[in-house]
Amino acid sequence: MDLANLSAHELADQLKSGKVSSVEATSACLQRLEKTAGLGAYLHVDANGAKKQAAEADARRAKKQSAGPLDGVPIALKDIFLTEGLPTTCASRILEGFVAPYDGTAVRKLKEAGTVLLGKLNMDEFAMGSSNEHSGYLPAKNPWDATRVPGGSSGGSAVAVAAGSCFATLGTDTGGSIRQPAALTGIVGLKPTYGRVSRYGVIAFASSLDQVGPMTKDVTDCANMLQAIAGHDPRDSTSSTEKVPSYTETLEKGVQGLKVGVPKEYFIDGMDPEVRASVDAALESYKKLGATLVDVSLPHTDYGIAVYYLVATAEASSNLARFDGVRYGKRVDPGKGLLDMYLETRGKGFGPEVKRRIMLGTYALSAGYYDAYYVKAQKVRTLVAQDFKEAFAKCDVIVTPTTPTPAFKLGENTGDPIKMYLADVFTVAVNLAGLPGLSLPCGFSKSGLPIGMQVLGRPFDEATILRTARAFEREHDFSARRAIS
Amino acid sequence: MSKEAPIDRAAVLHVAKLARLTVSDAEADALTRDMQSILAYVKKLDELDVAKVPATSHAVHLETLLRPDEPRPCMPLEKVIANSPERIGDGFGVPKIIE
Repeated sequence: MDLANLSAHELADQLKSGKVSSVEATSACLQRLEKTAGLGAYLHVDANGAKKQAAEADARRAKKQSAGPLDGVPIALKDIFLTEGLPTTCASRILEGFVAPYDGTAVRKLKEAGTVLLGKLNMDEFAMGSSNEHSGYLPAKNPWDATRVPGGSSGGSAVAVAAGSCFATLGTDTGGSIRQPAALTGIVGLKPTYGRVSRYGVIAFASSLDQVGPMTKDVTDCANMLQAIAGHDPRDSTSSTEKVPSYTETLEKGVQGLKVGVPKEYFIDGMDPEVRASVDAALESYKKLGATLVDVSLPHTDYGIAVYYLVATAEASSNLARFDGVRYGKRVDPGKGLLDMYLETRGKGFGPEVKRRIMLGTYALSAGYYDAYYVKAQKVRTLVAQDFKEAFAKCDVIVTPTTPTPAFKLGENTGDPIKMYLADVFTVAVNLAGLPGLSLPCGFSKSGLPIGMQVLGRPFDEATILRTARAFEREHDFSARRAIS
Repeated sequence: MSKEAPIDRAAVLHVAKLARLTVSDAEADALTRDMQSILAYVKKLDELDVAKVPATSHAVHLETLLRPDEPRPCMPLEKVIANSPERIGDGFGVPKIIE
């Protein structure tokens, strides 16, 4: 058996029993990485650093000083995370050559947990995209069918986990960037409650929406990763002081007596019939497991994308003002003074989708349009959040499809921004409301493409989401299937 | 927003300048087309009466958290300026601003 096909907790068991070493697991990932290099998952590989860290993990284990379930587990990180001494580009040409001077908090916590860092993963530039085709370097491809996208923006993260070139990873999710690629590649991805995980050392896209979360081979791995990174951080004033529960303790508790909300707005005409059938079957499965299905309504669902593309772009236009060619990154200076240096640096350094969003956000915030676009979007955001509050008065979790279709073809949506944006139609509302949401595989299409379903929960109730997902996973083999063997 | 005319090429160039972005002629054409279609799409928000709805800037209620006011060492200067495109001594070099 190829080690690269194990889940992280299966690997942890083998590390614990001494059957395999972290060095062996690390070289299995590096071999798999080489075999699947055409999928474009990685932007930077630190093979030597990883081997050294693996040897250190093995040495800790030999001395019985192992740190826990993630010690010695090889991981990789979306290139949006600052990693001390390693290139960090956010898949943008404007940050080509940038080497992060410090570790972000989530990165530091994973290092303290003993993980081995293999390298940095591909993504849509500045996390703006739903297909990974907006990477400034190369597109990532879906390991189940390399003519199709892996989703985005955490596309490289999804590919690396699904293809076995790392055991687990972190993504970031602003409008679906963890859950949508997880769904399209058949893995588990969790966007925690806003504030559950520190954003310190994560390159900002839209600060009121961005959240860090795990992308893993199964639900148990997801719980272990969240456990390692959750909690308040004095370096991020928006990180919550809410107590972090044990996510693993309740994981196997099942769904007996749980109320599962089913929102009619997420089961729309025109959605892919195979997606619909898989999610319907999953709901039946929950009934058999002792849950009760409850009809709920989220009436403002259809406005989510419009709100999102005003709020997120407005915040992005402000956040990305820092890339000006002065303190870091690329500088293009035509020698005609400061203003021209700014204009050329940003004009040449940013790719087309990033420019489009900066432009849209700048417009929405500009004099004369601020109230009509930005404030209006913030008001509708209130309605979207209220919908969830009312729905969660009637149920404990909400189950929906993660995406309207399985993975689409490379190039299929690149000519039409709105069509691309609509790939996130089922994921954006959760970000607007600040809620946690997880995607897990719930089936496969006839042509062999993974289908994902989403489990949403109340603020800071990741534990219930995880056990709901785990209850389904226990009954089915979808998470156990591997794209590459 | 319903009374606003769709954005034209001149407005796109104005916004590009506000955003400190050079755009080529071809980019300006593409941005005009894309922004027109995106702004037409977001007009669907006009279907809702939100006159009495408060705006949400952050969905999760947050206390303003202040960390203890204790002096801590800052990042070493070398690390801070290691990534600068142009270094002058211990500072960031920039194009001349005052003639």
